[in-house]
Amino acid sequence: MSLRGVLREAGAAAFVALALALPLAGVRLSDGGGDALEFRPWWVVIAVASVFAGRAALALWRSVGEGAGVPAGLPWFDRAVARLTPHRTLLLGAFFLAVAVLPLTPFADRRMVDLATLVMIYVMLGWGLNIVVGLAGLLDLGYVAFYAVGAYSYTLLAIHFDLGFWACLPLAGAFAALFGVLLGFPVLRLRGDYLAIVTLGFGEMVRIVLINFSSLTRGSEGITRIPAPSFFGLSFTANPAPGEEAFHQFFGLPFAGIHKLIFLYYIILVLALLTHLFSERIRRLPVGRAWEALREDEIASRALGLNPVLIKLSAFGLGAMFAGFAGSFFATRQGFINPSSFTFIESAIILAIVVLGGMGSQVGVICAAIVLILLPELARDLAEFRMLLFGGAMVLIMVWRPRGILAHRAPSIRLGAAAPGRAGGSAP
Amino acid sequence: MTMPLAADRGGGRPEAGAGGRRTMLEIEHLSMFFEGITAVDDVSFSADRGRITGIIGPNGAGKTTVFNCITGFYRPSVGRIALTHEGGAFLLERMEGFRIARHAGVARTFQNVRLFPRMTVLENLLVAQHAKLMRASAFSVAGLLGLRSYREAEAEAVATAEGWLGRLGLTALADREAGTLAHGLQRKIEIARAMCTEPKLLCLDEPAAGLNPRESEELNRLLLGIRNDFGTGILLIEHDMSVVMKISDHVVVLDHGAKIAEGTPAEMRNDPAVIRAYLGEEEGIPEIVAGDIARDRAEDREGGAP
Repeated sequence: MSLRGVLREAGAAAFVALALALPLAGVRLSDGGGDALEFRPWWVVIAVASVFAGRAALALWRSVGEGAGVPAGLPWFDRAVARLTPHRTLLLGAFFLAVAVLPLTPFADRRMVDLATLVMIYVMLGWGLNIVVGLAGLLDLGYVAFYAVGAYSYTLLAIHFDLGFWACLPLAGAFAALFGVLLGFPVLRLRGDYLAIVTLGFGEMVRIVLINFSSLTRGSEGITRIPAPSFFGLSFTANPAPGEEAFHQFFGLPFAGIHKLIFLYYIILVLALLTHLFSERIRRLPVGRAWEALREDEIASRALGLNPVLIKLSAFGLGAMFAGFAGSFFATRQGFINPSSFTFIESAIILAIVVLGGMGSQVGVICAAIVLILLPELARDLAEFRMLLFGGAMVLIMVWRPRGILAHRAPSIRLGAAAPGRAGGSAP
Repeated sequence: MTMPLAADRGGGRPEAGAGGRRTMLEIEHLSMFFEGITAVDDVSFSADRGRITGIIGPNGAGKTTVFNCITGFYRPSVGRIALTHEGGAFLLERMEGFRIARHAGVARTFQNVRLFPRMTVLENLLVAQHAKLMRASAFSVAGLLGLRSYREAEAEAVATAEGWLGRLGLTALADREAGTLAHGLQRKIEIARAMCTEPKLLCLDEPAAGLNPRESEELNRLLLGIRNDFGTGILLIEHDMSVVMKISDHVVVLDHGAKIAEGTPAEMRNDPAVIRAYLGEEEGIPEIVAGDIARDRAEDREGGAP
């Protein structure tokens, strides 16, 4: 690209920046009160200049790249992935081991275990949504609804029927799956954008019902004092009720708040692992392949005798079930829920984790969850620039890796190899 | 079930012998209207098992619409489509598309190939055996638990797929993404995928479209092989006259939605109505088709008739 081209592109971007910055950053109501406006010309100048410089740098970089024949998509990253792929099992095993012993290491403090738990919730949600979006190709923007159903069913069952966490967990999953199937019915004929709109509406409906059905859900006040899970009947309180024994008493430890956090950490670790094992396994079963076939070509699937109704409903139901599990875990971890935990932004973040990770990639979901959940939490010190960083990370991933961090799809079965993963020989 | 491919290849045609002609598909008074437009107009014909029935006609003659009615993608406005074989008797005009494929044993391919592009060739062939595998996996329960019964069923399905790939000479491509293969290969794999559903009736919508002469020749051999070894009835829409005329046992000619002639390929070649439909009475009718027919006739005279 010529220098003129670069300047023209940068100029156009700077003009857009000017139009946006004038009203947004250039003017504000003065602190003194009243209607006086305060003009801040320097803010506009800085914004326009930085956009101009940034755009010019990007254009220059790209024109240099064109000349050298550098393809988009970070080739060194692809090479690194290709080199690491043969050692996949080993790497994942080491990673899993590290994750498993993390809370027992001496440098694990409350904040760290808590953060790791949070990331893991989103990894689990990402894996669950991956069934619906990544495998079955059904764009679901209301996934948080099932998360909410799981959280509220656990809470209500635990409070009104005095059931424990482990008894409620399958019930909450079943309720969420039921809602998944219920949502599935009206949207069977929809695809793509239309499906996204309806699922978005469904997510909002669930939230609004939770706000307004106050006799059951106590509205936006929320429900407090949700019972925490116990360790084989041992609670994690400092002073257990008479006749009960607490975890620290039984093991003769001094009471420490982190015990409960570590216990919660292991619960979500097990739940997430279950989700992973389940979806890896089901992907290799007829139903998993049918999901992918339906994603690829619904007409051809029907011509082969696949029943689209059952296949779509099973994807919705199973995906929702895992959100239900994660929801009940969320409720028991927080001890308090209200509808504001289940807003659209949650659905968007979970979907972003799946898409940025690379549709259908299990490891990609982990990477994306770490970036999207850990980054904003660690960047809390940056205060107001936190969300800017978040958005920037998303844009960069999409620029460099348009198909997601790890877009590779492993075949569900190979010819002449009983165990998938063993090379079939003819793969390029 | 043993591998179907092991069936005697040299044993000749099991059904289509002198007295063994058996009608399988009967279409009676089929009509299809789209908002006042008559796409198919009172068409009746039948197709036999173990024989290749060609459906030909100029563009817009309603061939694909007839196909879509048979395979359940459209519900016909008028008419009856009856399919009878040892698996039972079915009225296809009343069945949903996927049930026709699953229960009535009708498989089809598409004018523009519809493989699952991001799945491997082997996975494509396994999806075609979905109903069987689903039952074997006890609706995923046995599969999730990794029970032996399911693993055996899966191995059998893979063997069936492998048999088809071997027949096509494409075993080396089993683990390649289907969408990355050349067009001609994709056409063949689509036919193999349809055959993996173990159909009684195979409907092919312009299988030779976009193939070069050599691939077209291989296709002919493949279709004759399927007919001879499995006794599958084949219904074939084709534009390429050389394919239809060479391998069809029976030809139905459609024009403007109506059947204008029916008979053996040789009869059709000389039928005045057919020639009129293809060449037209005015000038300016596609010369490619005219050339095709002229070439076919020349080949006939040279003694290359099927």
